[in-house]
This record gives sequence, structure tokens and C-alpha cells, in this order.
Amino acid sequence: MEQNNDGSLALVRHVVLVLSGKGGVGKSTITTELALALRHVGKKVGILDVDLCGPSIPRMLSVGRPEVHQCDSGWVPVYTDAQKSLALMSIGFLMEDPDEAVVWRGPKKTALIGQFVSDVAWGELDVLLVDTPPGTSDEHLAVLESLKKHKVDGAVLVTTPQAVSTGDVRREITFCKKTGVRILGIVENMSGFVCPHCSECSNIFSKGGGEELAKLTGSVFLGSVPLDPLLSASLEEGKDFTTSFPDSATFGAISSISQSLLKSLESD
Amino acid sequence: MEEMTQNDYCPGTSSEQAGKSASCEGCPNQQLCASGATKAPDPAIAEIGEKLSVVKHKILVLSGKGGVGKSTFSAHLAHCLASDGTKEVALLDVDICGPSIPRIMGLEGEQVHQSGSGWSPVYVDDNLAVMSIGFLLSSPDDAVIWRGPKKNGMIKQFLRDVDWGELDYLVIDTPPGTSDEHLSIVQYLSSTNVDGAVIITTPQEVSLQDVRKEIRFCQKVKLPIIGVVENMSGFMCPKCKNTSQIFPPTSGGAEKMCADLNLPLLGKVPLDPRIGRSCDEGKSFLNEVPDSPAAEAYRRIVQSELSFSAHFL
Ligand SMILES: Nc1ncnc2c1ncn2[C@@H]1O[C@H](COP(=O)(O)OP(=O)(O)OP(=O)(O)O)[C@@H](O)[C@H]1O
Ligand SMILES: Nc1ncnc2c1ncn2[C@@H]1O[C@H](COP(=O)(O)OP(=O)(O)OP(=O)(O)O)[C@@H](O)[C@H]1O
Ligand code: SF4
Ligand code: SF4
Ligand SMILES: [Mg+2]
Ligand SMILES: [Mg+2]
Repeated sequence: MEQNNDGSLALVRHVVLVLSGKGGVGKSTITTELALALRHVGKKVGILDVDLCGPSIPRMLSVGRPEVHQCDSGWVPVYTDAQKSLALMSIGFLMEDPDEAVVWRGPKKTALIGQFVSDVAWGELDVLLVDTPPGTSDEHLAVLESLKKHKVDGAVLVTTPQAVSTGDVRREITFCKKTGVRILGIVENMSGFVCPHCSECSNIFSKGGGEELAKLTGSVFLGSVPLDPLLSASLEEGKDFTTSFPDSATFGAISSISQSLLKSLESD
Repeated sequence: MEEMTQNDYCPGTSSEQAGKSASCEGCPNQQLCASGATKAPDPAIAEIGEKLSVVKHKILVLSGKGGVGKSTFSAHLAHCLASDGTKEVALLDVDICGPSIPRIMGLEGEQVHQSGSGWSPVYVDDNLAVMSIGFLLSSPDDAVIWRGPKKNGMIKQFLRDVDWGELDYLVIDTPPGTSDEHLSIVQYLSSTNVDGAVIITTPQEVSLQDVRKEIRFCQKVKLPIIGVVENMSGFMCPKCKNTSQIFPPTSGGAEKMCADLNLPLLGKVPLDPRIGRSCDEGKSFLNEVPDSPAAEAYRRIVQSELSFSAHFL
């Protein structure tokens, strides 16, 4: 790989963090689907997975546990396709045994993330998406510190409609304000339900909480993605939802969110 | 980064290996740990042991994965235990960055009070006490942007400085993962008897792959596992009674994992949108829809848990 040596992020146009104060709301899912949707429209995309305790992206993109190699400018990301349009680096690749628990205290995580973030040879990318663990703690501060030396365009916040989740994301908004991260927008995931049996009722599960939160806090609302069994199944198998179900409402929703995000990134 | 091997975890700042084990390589704390300054056992551990000696059963609720329903389960376990009016029950939330317990227990906006013997918990009922960092925050916008050591300090205070009184059960809800909070709670409870941990998962492999790590964590720190609960397991539409797998058990679900790892499966709780709603309204689902399959499942799980704990005194 021919690389210039002026920093691993030098040729990365936009850096976007995917955050949520709440666990399991679909940060990794939204990261994966946004990356696939952006690639679908011809962008070069990278994903950096910094969830030390629970890295999910390798499975969601079905790359397993490849060996990672080093080149002069750092770790070479793993490409999911021959065109090298989707690059991935996960902290999960560096673990010897996938079932082993990473039981580290904050200072150690901070040191590793700092090294990890600045050591990946991304090459040229349109967008780098960073998938984070839940919360507002060591990992988040460490990622910000290391990325800010370069630049961070902002954060996409993911929530589910439930108050239990929007309550945590409200705190995450404060985290962004305090740390000077621009909020690119809020995504409401698992919003309503695409029932495989009939389409009589879709409001069995709640809906609208993320949109309300956006209004309440004056943030951009990027859109909502329904709870769709086809999506969870496709993530389990590591399939590309954008090519398996291009006509579904769920794909439409994801693709419209990725368009809004792109517009917001390119407008400044 | 090559040094990330099997045994690569923080041996604990007060352990023999602190600052010296292979995994300490590159840790910013290494010098301090190696100097021995951190090795003196924290006197709080003995104080906590003393304080919690009047708590008969201590149960941790854990999961490597986020959003699988740890807090929901902890809350309903506490409600269910407290439905026996002769038992004293307390629920402690050690999720410092994302406390959900105040909302789920219907206690949003409550504040703790200082009493002569420490912080008083907030009471839902005469026999059900709750403590969470949520009660120490002044507004719903407050973010707790704390690094590990500060979170650990808070957990220590929750155990040592809260006026728990005599308890039959202390249920502890944790954040996702295997990190500072988990290491701390286990360490601070090391001079007391802990019944063990209930592990929560959902059926998909995306969850199970993280939960297996949590199980390794329990084994590493010698925390007994009471059993595993599979939450959000299948969905039966309350309207039309059709069932669908929203989170498919592609790798065999909790059942297969438990068989592989030789762990008891305490039960499965189906997805029921009314659970989400009860949580948001701060009500007990067990009272809201007592005759639903999900409420039935919760009660059965608590029964199995109780028979485990019964052997424990
Ligand atoms: N819109 C959706 N429809 C159906 N299933 C979904 C949807 N979004 C997410 N899921 C499923 O929900 C589970 C949790 O999602 P995910 O792992 O992306 O959450 P997360 O926020 O990254 O979790 P963590 O906090 O543990 O990192 C996954 O199994 C995923 O497949
Ligand atoms: N069986 C269920 N059916 C429907 N909704 C559920 C069920 N169990 C939990 N929920 C809902 O799912 C969401 C996540 O649950 P909960 O907050 O308890 O998870 P958690 O594991 O504590 O999350 P975190 O990792 O953020 O601490 C909540 O909105 C909750 O109400
Ligand atoms: S009534 Fe609703 S949940 Fe039940 S099968 Fe029809 S659309 Fe699905
Ligand atoms: S804090 Fe760091 S140096 Fe100290 S024991 Fe843990 S890993 Fe080793
Ligand atoms: Mg994730
Ligand atoms: Mg929780």
C-alpha cells in the first residue's frame, strides 16, 4: 500500500461519532447500515469500532476474525470488498480469544484507545464512522482526545423511543456540549414495528420519543428506523441489508438518514 | 498492541501483580502500581463488609451487552421480592453514566437525604429502598462525565455510606460491559458473601458473543453465576396472537449457550411492548398486567432464583 506519512487520518474527509448514553439502542447497527448505505451511493467509508468490552461490527459485517497486518503507516484496516470501498478496524481483531473478557480499568483503556485511534492506516476515505460503547466515560473521552488532534465533524446520537433511553441520550447531549462536539442529529431506532404477519398495526411498540427529544433540545432529527425482524436477521448473518432488501421501508429510512447526514457534512 | 493476549487484564491495583504483570505494560498507572503505593488494601473493603453483614442476600444483575433488559429485570426482581411484605429489599443502581432505575421505579426527580447514619435511600414502599446516582443529579440534562476512578469512588460510597439498614435482599443493577464498575463492585464486596450473579441476554448471537465474555469475567473474579435469563425472547402480538422472532436465536439462543457452558437457564421473558411502557411510566409490569405470559415468566424466574439463594445462608 502506498501511503503518505502525514498522519493516519490525513486523507479522511469527515469523521463522525455514533454515540448514545443508552446501551443496546442500535449504535452498532446504525453505524453498519449507514456505512453500507454510504457505500451504496459510491462513497469510500471506514468504520472504527472502539467498543472494547463488546465489539459487534465484525459480526455485523461478517468479517469474522481476520489477521490484521501492519504497514509503514500503521495497522492496515480490513476491507469487506475487493474495491476496498468499506474499511474496518475493530479492537475485536486484536483479541486472541473472542470469548475472553477484556477486564480493564479506565487508564488502561484510555492508553490503548489513544494508540489504536492514531495507528490505523485509513488511506483515503470520504467518511469515517466511529462506533462507541454506551455511556460517557473513559472510552469516549479517549476517542475524542485522540481524534480531535485531527478533527471531528460531529456526532450522530442514537436513541429508541422509550423514555428510559431518551433520558440517557439527553445526558449525552450535555456530554457533547461540554466536550465541544457538534451534534449532527438524532436517529430514532426501533421506532414502530414492521410486522411480518400483517400491516394492520405498527404502533404496538412506541414511536416518536427520539423526535420529541430532538425538538426539546433543538437538535436536528435525522429520521427513524423501524423495528424490523428482517434487519436483525440480516445483521445476525452479516448480510448487506441495502442490497438484500432494497425495496423495504427500512432501507428507505436508512438511506434517507444517510443522505441527510451527507448533506450536513458537505455543507460546511 | 501485540501484547493483547489471553491473560491481558488489569490484575487489580491492590493485587500482588499490580504494575508488574505483562498486561500492565503500557498502562499509564504502571509506575504508581509498581511502587506498591496502591497495594495496601482499601480500608473501605472491611468497612463495607461490616456494614453489609446484616444483608442476607446480595444479587448482582450483569450482562456484557447493552440494552438487553438488566435494569428492567433488576427492578422487577426487586418488586417481586418485596411483594412478600415480611422481606426487606433494596435495589442499588451502579450504572453511573446511564442510571435508569429512578425512572423504572417511578422515582424521577427524587433526591437522597442526608441522615445521621449516612445517605438515606429513597423508598418506593416500606420494604423497598432504592439508591442511584440519578438521585444526586440536579437536572435531567446533567451528564456524568467521569473517568473510572471517580466512578469507583461513587460505588464505594453507595456501599459504605448509604443507610441500608437490615436487609433480606440487596439487588444490584450494573452497566453493560466488564469495566471499572464491575471490577469495583466485586472488589468492594469481596469481604462479604455474595449469592452470585444473574446474567441477562437476548436471543441473538450479537448479544451472546458479549455475554460469553461476561461469563468469563465472573469466572475470573470467582463470582458464582446463579443462572441466565433470556429476555426479549420471541414476540406474541397481544392483539392477534401471532408470534414472530424479532431477535432471532440464530446460534441457538441462551439455551444452547447454557448447555455449552453448563449453566442453568432460569427462564425466558418474551418481548412485550407493555413492559417498555410500564418502565417508562415507572410502574411494575407485574401489577399492570399480572396475567400476561411475561409476568408469569418473571415470577417463575424469581422462584428459581430464590431456591438458589435459599441454599446460601
Ligand atoms: N431497527 C432494528 N430492527 C431490528 N433489530 C434491530 C434494529 N436495530 C438494532 N437491532 C438489533 O438490536 C440489537 C442491539 O443493537 P446494537 O448491537 O446495534 O446496539 P448497540 O447500541 O450497539 O449496543 P451496545 O450498547 O451493546 O453497543 C442487535 O441484535 C441488532 O441486530
Ligand atoms: N421483555 C421486554 N419486552 C419489551 N421491552 C422490554 C423488555 N425488557 C426490557 N424492555 C425495554 O427495553 C429497553 C432496555 O431495557 P433496560 O433499560 O432494562 O436494559 P439494560 O440492559 O439495563 O440497558 P443498559 O445496558 O443501557 O443499562 C427499555 O426500554 C425496556 O423498557
Ligand atoms: S395485529 Fe399487529 S402485531 Fe399482530 S400480526 Fe397484525 S400487524 Fe402484526
Ligand atoms: S492499573 Fe494498570 S498498572 Fe495498575 S495493575 Fe491495572 S493494568 Fe497494571
Ligand atoms: Mg454496539
Ligand atoms: Mg440499565
